[in-house]
Order: sequence, then C-alpha cells, then structure tokens
Amino acid sequence: MSHSSENRGKDDRGKRELSLTVNGKPETIRVFPMERLLDVLRQELGLTGTKEGCGEGECGSCSVLMNGELVNSCLVPALQAAGTNLTTIEGIAEGPQLSALQAAFLECGGAQCGICTPGMILASCHLLDKKPKPTLEDIREGLSGNLCRCTGYMQIFEAVAQAARRKASA
Amino acid sequence: MTENIIGKSVPRKEGRDKVTGAARYIDDITMPGMLYGATVRSQIPRGVIKHISFDPQFEWSEFVVVTAQDIPGKNCIALIGDDQPCLADGKVNHPEEPILLLVHADPHLLRKAVDGVSIEYEPLPAIFTIEDSERCSQIIWGMDNTLKTFLIAKGDVDSVWAKADYIVEGEYTTGAQEQLYIENNGVIAAFDRERGITVWGSLQCPYYVHKALMALCNLPAEKIRVVQAETGGAFGGKEDYPSIIAGHAALLAMKSGRPVKIVYDRLEDMTATTKRHPSRTRHRTAVGKDGKILGGEIDFTIDGGAYATLSSVVLSRGTIHAGGPYYWPNIRIRGKAVATNAPPHGAFRGFGAPQSLFAMERHMDRIAQAVGLSPVEIRRRNFLKPGETTTTEQTIREEIDLGKLLDRALELSDYTAKKARFAEENAVGPIKKGMGIAAFLHGAGFTGSGERYLASVVGVEGCADGNGTVRVLVSSTEFGQGTNTVLCQIAAEALDLPYDDVRIAQPDTNEVPNSGPTVASRTAMVVGSLVRSAALGIKQTLLADGTIGESYSPEEFRAACRHHISEHGQLRSYARYEAPEGVFWDDEKYRGEAYATFAWAIYVAEVAVDLSTYSARVADFVAVQEVGRVLHPVLAKGQIAGGVAQGIGFALYEKVVWQNGRMQNGQMTNYIMPTSADLPPIRIFFEEMGNVHGAYGAKGIGELPMDGPAPAIVNAIEDALGTRFDSVPLLPEDIFDAVCADGER
Repeated sequence: MSHSSENRGKDDRGKRELSLTVNGKPETIRVFPMERLLDVLRQELGLTGTKEGCGEGECGSCSVLMNGELVNSCLVPALQAAGTNLTTIEGIAEGPQLSALQAAFLECGGAQCGICTPGMILASCHLLDKKPKPTLEDIREGLSGNLCRCTGYMQIFEAVAQAARRKASA
Repeated sequence: MTENIIGKSVPRKEGRDKVTGAARYIDDITMPGMLYGATVRSQIPRGVIKHISFDPQFEWSEFVVVTAQDIPGKNCIALIGDDQPCLADGKVNHPEEPILLLVHADPHLLRKAVDGVSIEYEPLPAIFTIEDSERCSQIIWGMDNTLKTFLIAKGDVDSVWAKADYIVEGEYTTGAQEQLYIENNGVIAAFDRERGITVWGSLQCPYYVHKALMALCNLPAEKIRVVQAETGGAFGGKEDYPSIIAGHAALLAMKSGRPVKIVYDRLEDMTATTKRHPSRTRHRTAVGKDGKILGGEIDFTIDGGAYATLSSVVLSRGTIHAGGPYYWPNIRIRGKAVATNAPPHGAFRGFGAPQSLFAMERHMDRIAQAVGLSPVEIRRRNFLKPGETTTTEQTIREEIDLGKLLDRALELSDYTAKKARFAEENAVGPIKKGMGIAAFLHGAGFTGSGERYLASVVGVEGCADGNGTVRVLVSSTEFGQGTNTVLCQIAAEALDLPYDDVRIAQPDTNEVPNSGPTVASRTAMVVGSLVRSAALGIKQTLLADGTIGESYSPEEFRAACRHHISEHGQLRSYARYEAPEGVFWDDEKYRGEAYATFAWAIYVAEVAVDLSTYSARVADFVAVQEVGRVLHPVLAKGQIAGGVAQGIGFALYEKVVWQNGRMQNGQMTNYIMPTSADLPPIRIFFEEMGNVHGAYGAKGIGELPMDGPAPAIVNAIEDALGTRFDSVPLLPEDIFDAVCADGER
C-alpha cells in the first residue's frame, strides 16, 4: 500500500456517523471512528476553546465534560462520544454573562497565559458539581490532573473557593 | 479626576477571552488553502550527511520538500551571532537538528512521511558535558569550544588568602530545565510576491523574528511582517526559538506558494527546542573570623549546546549575579559558556541567575558552617548596604535594607521556632524536617549598555473610536504575565482616563514600533516608562491644541482627540529610550552600572523529607521581596507564585535525562512538573522601599522568583538530613544516593 492523499481520500469512506449533544445543541457529523474527540471538537465543530497541550492525557488542557464526567478529549475516540452530552468551555458562560467560575478566575488571577484555563475551568466545574463546598485539599486534589505552568496554582485555588462561596450565597 | 489605576487589580485586558475559550492561539487559526509543515531532524549528535533517500511508498510529488539549497538568503538564524544554520547543510552538530522540511495538506500523512525520509550519516565523535568540552578532545565550535567568556575583577583577590581565617571551597551544579509552556511552539507563514512574508506565531519577540526572516529570506524590512498570536506561555522558551520555526514555515510558504502551519507536538517541542543551560559553579572564598567575606573567586560555567544563540547573554547575567546580594571587597568572577553536541540551550526565566545564585546561596550555608555562625547571621553580616558597591562596582543608591527584609521573612515563616522544633523532632521517625533560606537580587532590564543599544520606541495613539480613547503601540507581548493590562494601566494613569478607555494593539510589526523584546523583566519598568512618556505626549499635543485644560473629563479628552484627528488625520505620540545621565558601563572590563535597578528578595522554605521514600516535599514557602511599586497586586502575586512553582520544579521534580545529547524523557508523563497537589502554600509579601526608576516606581518582577526557591529548598533539605547536597534537581533517587554515600563516609 502506498501513502498518498488519494489513498487517504479512499479512507474517508471509513467515516461513520456520530450524533451527540454539544453544549446543549444536537450535532450529527461524520468522523473516523478512532479520531480523537479533541480533533472532532476543534476541527469538525470549530470549538477551538478546547486545547491540546500534550496529546497523552497528562496536562488536562483538553478536558471536557462527557455526561457530567471530566475526560481528556485527546484520549477519547470519537465514537465513544456517540449519544453523549458534552460540555466544552464554549458552553460554560450563561449567555453573555460569565459563570461564577469564569468571573472568579478573571478576578483572582486564575488565568495567566490562558492555555490551560478552559480545561482548568471545566475541571473546577466538575469539582463544584461533586463538592459544592470544597476544602482546600479537595480543590488541590480535584485539579491535580490539570497542569498550569504560569500561576503556581495559588490564584486558581482562590478562584475556585471564591466561586464556591458565591454560588453558596446566591 | 479618575480614581488611581496604578496599584489596583483591574481585570486582565484579554482575560474575558481566555476564560470563555474565545482567545485565538496559533493552532486555533486556519487560513484558506493552508498546508501543514513538518521537520526532518538529525538522529545523531554529530556527523556528516552522506545521503538522503525518500521511501518510494510515498507519493512525493504531492509534497513540497525544502532543504538548505532552497534558502534565498543566508542559511542562519540571525540573532547575536550567525552560527546556527536554519537547516543543516552537509553536517549536523546536535540531535534533532533540522535537516529538511516537508509540506502537505494532510497532517496525518505528513507525520508518516517524516519517517519516510532516511538520512545516512558518517558519524563524528561528539561531546556532551562541560568537562568534555573543556578537555577539547573534540573541537566542535571555534578554536577551543568556548562560546563566550567574561571576567569581573574587583579589588585585589590574590592578597586575601593570606589574611583569611577560613578558606571555604565548593562546587555546585544545576541541570537543564524545560520551560514547559503548555502551548507548544507554532507559527503560520504566508507568502505573497507583493507583500512578502507574513508570520503569525506564538512568540515573545516579534522584531527578533523580523530580523531573522530578513536575513533568511533575503527580503527588505517592509516585506516581512510578524504578528504575535495569543501565546500560551513562554518563560523565555519563545524568545529565540520562534525565529527558527518561523524561518522554516516561511521557506515552505515561499516554495509552496500557500500558507503553511507548523505546530510542534509535545515530544518535538521538548526534544528539539531550548532549555535552561546546565551549569557548574566553583567557589573559593576567604572569610574573616567574624564571618565577613574578605574576597573570593567564582568560576561560573554553562553548557551552551551546539550553537552560540543566546548563551553570551545568559552567561552575562549569570556572571553578574554570581556574587549574590553581598558585599565583596575583592572578587574575581570568570564566566564561560562552552559548546556541546546538544540542542542549543536558551532563555528561561532568570537567564543564568538561577544557576549562579543557586551556587552562591548553597555556598553561603557552607561558609556559615565553616565559621560556626547560623545561616541567618552569615548573611546578615555580608549583605550589601546602600553606598556599597556590587561586584561590578555599581554603587547601591536605593534605600534597600536587606536585614529588615530578612527579619520579615524569618517572622512570617516562623523560622527560628520551627528550626529549633525540627531539630528535636527529627531525632525520631522517618520524616525529617528542615528550614532553608535564600537571599538574592535580580537586575531589572537589559544588562549594561543593552537598553542604550536597543533604544526602544513606544507609541500611544489617540483614536476616540467606538473601542476606546487611546491605544498603546508596543512590540511587547502578552504571554500570561500581564503586559497588556499593566501597560494600559500606565497609559490610563498618565492620561487620567478610565482603564477601559485604553486598549493595546496586537503586536504586529506593520503596526507597532520596536519596543524591544519581552524579556529580562524589562517590560513594566523600561517599556512602562516609555508608555507613560508617549501618553503624556498625547496630552501635551491636546494642551497645545487648546482643546483641553490641565484638568479634563474623559469625555472632554475624547472630544479633543476627535478634533485633532479631524484636523490632522491622526494623533500619535512616540517616546524613545534614553539612558539616564551619569550611568557608566564598561563592556570590556564588565564594570559599572550593570542594571538600572535591582529587585531584592528573601525566600524561606520548609521541607519534609520522608526517609522511607526519600522524597522531599516543600511544606511551606514564604517569599518576601522588594520590587519597587506594585502596579497590580493580583498580577504581581501571580508572577511570584508562578516563578516559585517553577523554582520548586527546578529543585525537586524536573530532570532532563540525556543520552548522547538527546532528551530521553520528552513527554509530560516522564518529565514531571509540579501539580496542584504537589505545591506548598506559597505565601507572598511585598515590601516597598522606594526606587527612582521605572513607571510609577516599578521594578522588574518576572524573573526574580525563579532565583530563590532551589537554594532555599536544598538548604532546607541539608538542614533536615545533615547531608551535603550540591546540585539540583534532587529527585528521591538523588537524595537516596547522597544519604547512602554520606553513611559510608
């Protein structure tokens, strides 16, 4: 077998239909079964807020919520997402209004270069869903799958704690 | 009169886009007809390229292939010297050296095609360590493998040894460290015969790339345009390397006639791009019986890798900082950068200073032991004081009180009580605790005549359009530190306008003047001052127009801007850096005012070493610093916490494993940076003691926090275990080895 784009064109017939819900919106697209969910989101659906940092499930930049569970979208084959309900960073704000977590990240300095921020906010969402009143230890543990090279995490902890407090008093 | 904006934690300018996922990084951008580029790299450290063959299973007519022969200009990455080729031509000098470039529309196929190119070499003997390089068994660079040397000489060192009560010697080493920005290097280049080359990229220094592309593509300045995309971390790692990847993409775009994107994956980024220079520092110090330093010699040597790139400037900063924040009546410091067959090492936060200061602060504890004083007292007795001179004979003119800074750090960390308690508790159980101190300084801005040569220019433009009142025009880039925010704060404060009325232009060499590279902790202090001057120039113009008075409302200011623009077409003001009067620096003798000012700090680490696993954990970390005026408390704290975290990584987690000049652990699974679960509370305190330089009294802050953690932590580990440690990183296996060796002694 030779490697050429023509060949690749033939491979396109290996694509399968994938239906899923992304940020509340039903989507049906054609994908290669083993394509990474990350690439499907970024390239097929144009949701570039989900980032690639390492491509091997270490950094958490590609974190999304799948049926409410936090997953590294670089490790999820596209077809595994069939029928699921996905939330990406683009689905976190409430219309033009930032969510409590987004506002707290902005205010507390939780985002510096911003490349880990989408994944970090989704991991924080997941944490607050499971533990609305997290201790500092819960936050440290809950975010330990998401690497940030800029902040040293301290201001991210503050942001999550602040969002939790605001949500509790809202 | 608006409220003061300086000193207030206003929202980060591009923050909203970052928390909503709307910010566009290079890999988020596509262009019509865009192709993908990839790099075929050397598999060996050194050798002659004999033959290049292409696997016939690939349809090579679909690819565009670029080699050194396709370079229209000079085959080099123009930076300081021009010794680094853009593409290897006939020989390779390090693993992962770029040899050939490929372009294709399908990135998946492209990746396979890289493996379809086979290079046959005639290998040559290679060298991988500072010692190998010094022995000159192989000459791989210049006459003697020496990339650069510096000599700092003050007083008469040779006379001190006879007078010394103690002579203390030590040798200290530091390892390479990967910057590990979470966004890998990436660019897109497009070529058009009329307009020339345009590059969009993840980068720190648009005008460095601009200069490199002019030489490489043989195009005039106006036919090169460099635009910074949102940049996902840099830390120095995107200071010089973007010139290489941009050069590659530009060559591919020129030959293919289509826009070309190159984005590295993590493995390629870690193995092929720059890292912190490994270092070796030797100290020999003469000390009086009162613990006062009489004089000493320091030999500071760094491994520059295969080409000179930024090594001379990294060496410069490391050499100047090698004496720490202490008064040396007599000193001789020899700095040397040597070549090895590893990918060139480059800029990483601190830029040589974390290496030489690690040695200084470890050595200070060694001196304390020799003299029989505490680590606190030995430092206190030797601190630089106002009126005294540094190793380059720069007089300290600012009112710095390091003793007071030290007292505050000791109190906040509960140093004395904890040290006493740990000494008792460590007698039993596997957990041994200790306390360690580091005292240090970091020069803000370019070294010596650097700022004078750069002669940075900054613009401020009155626009009064729907998007605000004024726009800051600088080539200074935002990559997380807060450049956008702080420079807008400064302009707003200078013009007495609300922060939201000021915005900053995207760094684009067609739009913004050359305000210098975004490096060396210079942006807030040096560029910030120029932004203030340029902003005041706008005000002067409007005052001269008679359209505003000395006090005005934002609405009046806007109306005045509109009036000026309708009369004259545009309203712009530029400011150019001018060196302050009476500043003296001798580039030959390395003597004089090395920096406009220094930031100062005392860091205290508390560590716990578990002797069942030999892992060391930082339990508490106190960072006290004097950085002049804090312009934005949240951003400033973010800089310190981030730098301390990287410093903790440098000390305890991040080890580059080398084999034949190639990084063997180029993945996040096996090169470990600290996670949220690993770090101690990082407690940050600012002392403002006043400083004459910078916009509103700000000094540089970005690099300082990288300098202190490693020595503070290793000093604490020695305090906990009583075992001597002279190198970083210290992973559990390193601690185990040292403790075992100590037991045998």
